[in-house]
Amino acid sequence: MYDLIRRCIEGDVRAVARLITLLESGDREAYAALYRLKDHAGRAQVIGITGPPGAGKSTLADKLIAQFRSRGLKVGVLAVDPSSPFSGGAILGDRLRMQGHATDPGVFIRSLAARGSLGGISKATHAAIRVLDAAGYDIVLVETVGVGQSEIDIVRVADMVVLVSVPGLGDDIQVIKAGIMEIGDIFVVNKADRDGADRVVREIRAMLELQAQLKRGQTPEGGPDTLAARAPEFLHHTGLAEGWQPKAGNESGAPGEKESITTPKPGVLPEAGTVSAALVNQEAGTISAALIIPPVLKTIAETGDGVKELADAIFSHFETLSRTGELERKRLESIRYQLGQFVSNEIVHLMSLPELAAAQDELAHKVFSRKMDVYSAGIALFHTIIEQGASHEHPQA
Amino acid sequence: MERKIRVLIAKPGLDGHDRGAKVIARALRDAGMEVIYTGLRQTPEQIVSAAIQEDVDVIGLSILSGAHNHLFPRVVELLKQSGAENVLVFGGGVIPEEDIPFLKSKGIAEVFGPGTPTSKTIEFIRANLKRPLN
Amino acid sequence: MTDLEKLEQDFNTWTTKVEKANEKYPERKKQFVTGSNAPVKRVYTPLDQKDFDYEKKLGLPGEFPYTRGVQPTMYRGRLWTMRQYAGFGTAEESNARYKYLLEQGQTGLSVAFDLPTQIGYDSDHPLSEGEVGKVGVAIDSLADMETLFGGIPLDKVSTSMTINAPAAVLLAMYIAVAEKQGVSADKLNGTIQNDILKEYIARGTYIFPPAPSMRLITDIFEYCAKNVPNWNTISISGYHIREAGSTAVQEVAFTLADGIAYVEAAIKAGLDVDEFGPRLSFFFNAHNDLFEEVAKFRAARRVWAHIMRDRFGAKNPKSWMLRFHTQTGGSTLTAQQPDNNIIRVTLQALAAVLGGTQSLHTNSRDEALALPTEEAVRIALRTQQIIAYESGVAETVDPLAGSYYVESLTDRIETEVLQYIKRIDDLGGAVKAIEQGYIQQEIQDSAYAWQMDVEKNERIIVGLNKFQVKENPPKGLLRVDPAVGERQKQKLAALRSSRDQGAVNATLAALRNAARSADNLMFPILEAVKAYATLGEICGVLREEFGEYKPNVMF
Repeated sequence: MYDLIRRCIEGDVRAVARLITLLESGDREAYAALYRLKDHAGRAQVIGITGPPGAGKSTLADKLIAQFRSRGLKVGVLAVDPSSPFSGGAILGDRLRMQGHATDPGVFIRSLAARGSLGGISKATHAAIRVLDAAGYDIVLVETVGVGQSEIDIVRVADMVVLVSVPGLGDDIQVIKAGIMEIGDIFVVNKADRDGADRVVREIRAMLELQAQLKRGQTPEGGPDTLAARAPEFLHHTGLAEGWQPKAGNESGAPGEKESITTPKPGVLPEAGTVSAALVNQEAGTISAALIIPPVLKTIAETGDGVKELADAIFSHFETLSRTGELERKRLESIRYQLGQFVSNEIVHLMSLPELAAAQDELAHKVFSRKMDVYSAGIALFHTIIEQGASHEHPQA
Repeated sequence: MERKIRVLIAKPGLDGHDRGAKVIARALRDAGMEVIYTGLRQTPEQIVSAAIQEDVDVIGLSILSGAHNHLFPRVVELLKQSGAENVLVFGGGVIPEEDIPFLKSKGIAEVFGPGTPTSKTIEFIRANLKRPLN
Repeated sequence: MTDLEKLEQDFNTWTTKVEKANEKYPERKKQFVTGSNAPVKRVYTPLDQKDFDYEKKLGLPGEFPYTRGVQPTMYRGRLWTMRQYAGFGTAEESNARYKYLLEQGQTGLSVAFDLPTQIGYDSDHPLSEGEVGKVGVAIDSLADMETLFGGIPLDKVSTSMTINAPAAVLLAMYIAVAEKQGVSADKLNGTIQNDILKEYIARGTYIFPPAPSMRLITDIFEYCAKNVPNWNTISISGYHIREAGSTAVQEVAFTLADGIAYVEAAIKAGLDVDEFGPRLSFFFNAHNDLFEEVAKFRAARRVWAHIMRDRFGAKNPKSWMLRFHTQTGGSTLTAQQPDNNIIRVTLQALAAVLGGTQSLHTNSRDEALALPTEEAVRIALRTQQIIAYESGVAETVDPLAGSYYVESLTDRIETEVLQYIKRIDDLGGAVKAIEQGYIQQEIQDSAYAWQMDVEKNERIIVGLNKFQVKENPPKGLLRVDPAVGERQKQKLAALRSSRDQGAVNATLAALRNAARSADNLMFPILEAVKAYATLGEICGVLREEFGEYKPNVMF
């Protein structure tokens, strides 16, 4: 394992690939050895690319790789696709569009199956990012399929998110599902040569302006006929409604009432966009406008039109993130989240150990025979887990 | 956790007949494997490079144009040069039976001609993996 | 009580009786299906054709809606054209073969190009390695085309070229060769396949994305309407869709949907439907389920006639007629007991003839193993000749019309085809449906279902999953000389050093400018071809300007 880690740090492609395989398989020794990467990590810029199926994310990624390469940067790509819920297998096809870079030693592309992770990001993705970072890739692109809520996980792993949309997938921007507007740092309308591209751009801009206003605690400006004023109705018609509708019992129809999306709350991890807004409130005027209203760019990935501008926007956004301290804050949040994830994964693992399975079984019987209630049994089980966890041997690398 | 079997399915050469490649990709997925599908027009260099980055156990190559004697051995050769000889390579497509001994002598583990049941390919992969699953 | 009511009563009584007997002596299967998985009833009667309207549904041969055929006398007038697709190696080898065929009395040529040519790469491109001259002839420049047709008077032959993405370039080369022979373009006869949509769907030899590809196609339509009036500018193909695993219904539906897309594109480009409509031709597959295949061809004619007349308002009856070439189904051939393939091809060829094809290619028994040998090709051709001269099926027009079963199948296929076309219209047309992967996905699902049926022995393929024998590997398969690639590379190097590079650069620059404008690309392509710019250079400029198509692969 030591040798494998050393070779990864030296940038040995086979070692990087093998280590990712071990991490994907949940190899505890490999996870334990990751600490050796710490002196070599933290340099890569991690960019998430997400959007609905058919938006052209992989083609865009392909062209972005070329842009980064032309600027002398090494690029690692993690392309995450869903696993089949029936067989546990997967067909990973994103790589197909990036195969032109397969033989470039400055590019490493790895397809990951989500393997049942609800967030669309496989469990090993965090770790794989760190491996690529330590192996010397300057940019790590993480591509995920965005369907429904699942893509929101991308903000947990990426420094910034490029949200890709496309005209003609539906009637409006309904392809941009509930809550997802919040996660984009840069918006891209791909296939911009199609009819309706400008309309999609306008609609996204209107939504983003509305969102920024709401975050500033303002009410939408303009008369009753502006898009902003009609937001709830508009959202409903474009399929965005589920993320915005007030909760049951909430009398207010104002979109801002959807707490988990717009209001950071103790104990709930804030999402990127919302924190930007919070910062704006605190230090108004010191934050770049880009953090408040993300740019909306047009691309035609197939021909490469607009991709250079996208790469420029990405770097400029990074610059802003670093200058404002937002990057550090995001990364810290990501680490906190990972810690939380680690602990819950660890508990799940401990519970699978025979002695704890037995304890759980015993407690279950007590609850069944009404000697205990679920709550006190749960507390008891939790304490047993903590004790067991303390004595549990962790393999060291 | 047990490792998943990872398979790269690629079409070297220029022919566009990918019915067989897609059917086998699907069958392998339904057998619980992770299949990286790289599609048409792949050079042996691209295939091997992808196989290494993806750390696959198996490469399946499909060709119908008649260029197999040229392209299949090249893939195996490049794998060896990259130190990745523990990848199992099999082929399929329109391949005359009289070419099979030559291909096997060049390190192609098996050649599945037209009409081979996918179940046979799946069994072959499971039985011939060159590295353990855990 | 009407006759039909009486029949219905009798039928019900009969069914009860049969079902009862079935309990003791059951039928072979619980459910019977066609080759395309459509249910087949025990028996078909007039009850299945209650609203049968002869004039509306069938009409007379050569009359709307052409269900019975596009000509009034069909094969009583002239037999279908027996056209075998051929080509291999270098232009010299193919030229010798064509001359031989012409000496034998053949008047039409069918040119097969190698894969690098079909994808717009020169023979010295790295991706061409191992592929040069393999599945057809290698053409890098006008020089090769001059050799290919050397000594063949182009005003006397009709030439069919299976070329799609770079069709404009090969057509330009053909026109340029003719010009050098002193034959003007308006004297040329032939066909280019030029059907890019099915390349995206099934065949895979695409280059550019859909929008510029459709532009190239309509540029060809426009150019030919004015300059090469006798040229069949497209052969809209279901053949490869079926080979990729579609059902019979999907084959017709997706082909006609592609046809609709071409017609729409041409109309959008300012052409009149009756200007190009009569020059559209089709290309279908023929599989083993005899009746379903016959019904498929009949339904396709009926649906297309209505599309052209009712949807596009074509006035010229020639625009309404679906004329088609048929090839027997390559994917139905087995590598096991290859002689059995002769019988499969016979059934398929019979279906094509009973379905009223205009021309026919019969596959050779060894095509599941390699390119066909000369002997195998001869048997394939003899199969057609036996059907034509001995079977008697060509002596009357559309002999299966009026069969309760065949008419029911025809109606069902028509209905299901129209449902698919509706669905594709809803998705925004064939181009959008392809970009979204819808059509490909539908075909893949059918292909996978077929494979699983075969593996579960729910479908029997003789010699494959039943009646197997121990076999020795077949001997004497055709091999293409591996030195072809080297010879072609040398020729190309000589050409590059001897031509006027200034003229090449200038014409390629003009092509680039035209690609950025809305001008018809046929003119600058013709100039570049004449300056001996190579196919790879011309397609290279267009690749840079248009980008390359990357498929939307879904599973």
